[in-house]
Amino acid sequence: MLDSLLSLLPQILFEGLLLGFVYAMIALGYTMVYGVLELINFAHSEIFMIGAVAGVEIFRSLSNIIHNGYLLLLVAIVVGGLVSGLVAIAMERFAYRPLRRRGTTNRLVPLITAVGVSFVLQDLVRLIEALWHNEFFLRMASVSDLEGSVTVLGIFIQYKSIVVIVVSLAMLAGLNLLVNKTRLGTAIRTVAQDMDTARLMGINPDRVVSSTFFIGGSLGGVAGVLFALQYTTISPYSGFLPGIKAFTAAVLGGIGNIPGAMVGGLVLGELETLAGTYLPTLTNGTIGTEYKDIIAFLVLILLLLFRPQGLLGQIVKEKV
Amino acid sequence: MLELNNAYAAYGRIAALKDVTISVKKGEIVTLLGANGAGKTTTLRSISGMLKLKRGEIRYKEESIGKFPAERIVGLGIGHVPEGRKIFPRLTVEENLGIGAYLVKDRKLIHERKQKAFELFPILHERRNQKGGTLSGGEQQMLAIARALMQDPELLLLDEPSMGLAPILVDFIFDVIRTLNRQGKTILLVEQNARMALAIAHRGYILQTGRLVLAGSAKELEANPEVQEAYLGG
Repeated sequence: MLDSLLSLLPQILFEGLLLGFVYAMIALGYTMVYGVLELINFAHSEIFMIGAVAGVEIFRSLSNIIHNGYLLLLVAIVVGGLVSGLVAIAMERFAYRPLRRRGTTNRLVPLITAVGVSFVLQDLVRLIEALWHNEFFLRMASVSDLEGSVTVLGIFIQYKSIVVIVVSLAMLAGLNLLVNKTRLGTAIRTVAQDMDTARLMGINPDRVVSSTFFIGGSLGGVAGVLFALQYTTISPYSGFLPGIKAFTAAVLGGIGNIPGAMVGGLVLGELETLAGTYLPTLTNGTIGTEYKDIIAFLVLILLLLFRPQGLLGQIVKEKV
Repeated sequence: MLELNNAYAAYGRIAALKDVTISVKKGEIVTLLGANGAGKTTTLRSISGMLKLKRGEIRYKEESIGKFPAERIVGLGIGHVPEGRKIFPRLTVEENLGIGAYLVKDRKLIHERKQKAFELFPILHERRNQKGGTLSGGEQQMLAIARALMQDPELLLLDEPSMGLAPILVDFIFDVIRTLNRQGKTILLVEQNARMALAIAHRGYILQTGRLVLAGSAKELEANPEVQEAYLGG
């Protein structure tokens, strides 16, 4: 039995990597917004879902016009990223900023607002889809040249999986450059450290917050398109589970910490995939694959008990 | 250059400034003295737009700036070195300087100003790749001043630059302030160290629980028995 378990391992690790990249990209949106506003934006899972839906719609409406699957995917990624980024900006502008303006110091207020925004977006997408197509469960159209596969070192790899990895790596590298090397990135880090003093530098915090929502939102949107590509079925409620797992990934890495979100996403993706495969075998089927979802939350609970600052996070000390 | 007319500010219901009127002329060093809670920091925060006045007016170069947001006031040429330095702890020294020049678009100019900052404070050059949070108190104060200078302000607001520093560093910082003034910067200096502040200032104001109680040239204030009693240690 051990032999068969081990022979599966490379394939499982690869699948975990794919899932992990998707989690990492969503987790970045949670962590960046937390970094600047100390707000857990629970509606971020809907930003991800909207990206996925936009991707499905692009495939549906353009697959007869654009025959090259890679070009079609590129269009879907760009549109998905933009739409999600813009919805994220609108969400901040109309739901969170008014609360900030009013000087609400109770942190439960924006948190509950986020949950409310989440419901609104879910049902808005449902309404639009239902009016448009008479149904709100969507399937990603398959495009033949994305469906091929190769086997490398015994790992079955679909072409579209390669796309997921390449795009994720490019986005993560791009984000690193943006945050660490550009004027906007420095402004984001500055606002995250001390919003008041940032204003003394001439930085308009509202603009930086909007940009942060846009960047985090478009990463989530691109993750949504890749998720739809990989897992094909999407509904207005598809954001919830990946969203809350990505939130766990962000906490796992240390909330507010950008490299932490990437590490947390990958670790969680691997853990979940490993559990999904090995738990049924190890327990003779008593615990089925469907229990893989509780792994994320088990991790969250254990983490909050034993290392609440996360893997890469630091305990915040007030320095006088 | 700068005028506050009947400035009234409050935190919630507690008044912090009660009808304060002060002015700073181009080329001056003006110091604002007073005990803790006298309203010195509040005055500076009002000028730089961090705190909005309830009543009264702030004029800078004939323009009423009381309603402007802080991020706009910096662009008018008012640099604020805040109380407690407030450098960005997780940015490097060089990034701190870079963000100080946020409104400057010309890269060459930014580079030149960084070099000037490093000439003024050579230790910052040595520490340029270190995180701001790892610097000593004196180095942080130098960085905070250098950061404010990156936008080349005409008026510099300094909030207790000597706080918590060793005497030799206090001397150094005050030398720097005097040098900056000779190079043409107008300075509004808030200090606990009244003796040092009056030694370099042209004029001074004394605040007591939000009210202006005394104004005059530095010489007059130094000679005033009440000031000697309360702020210069008799």
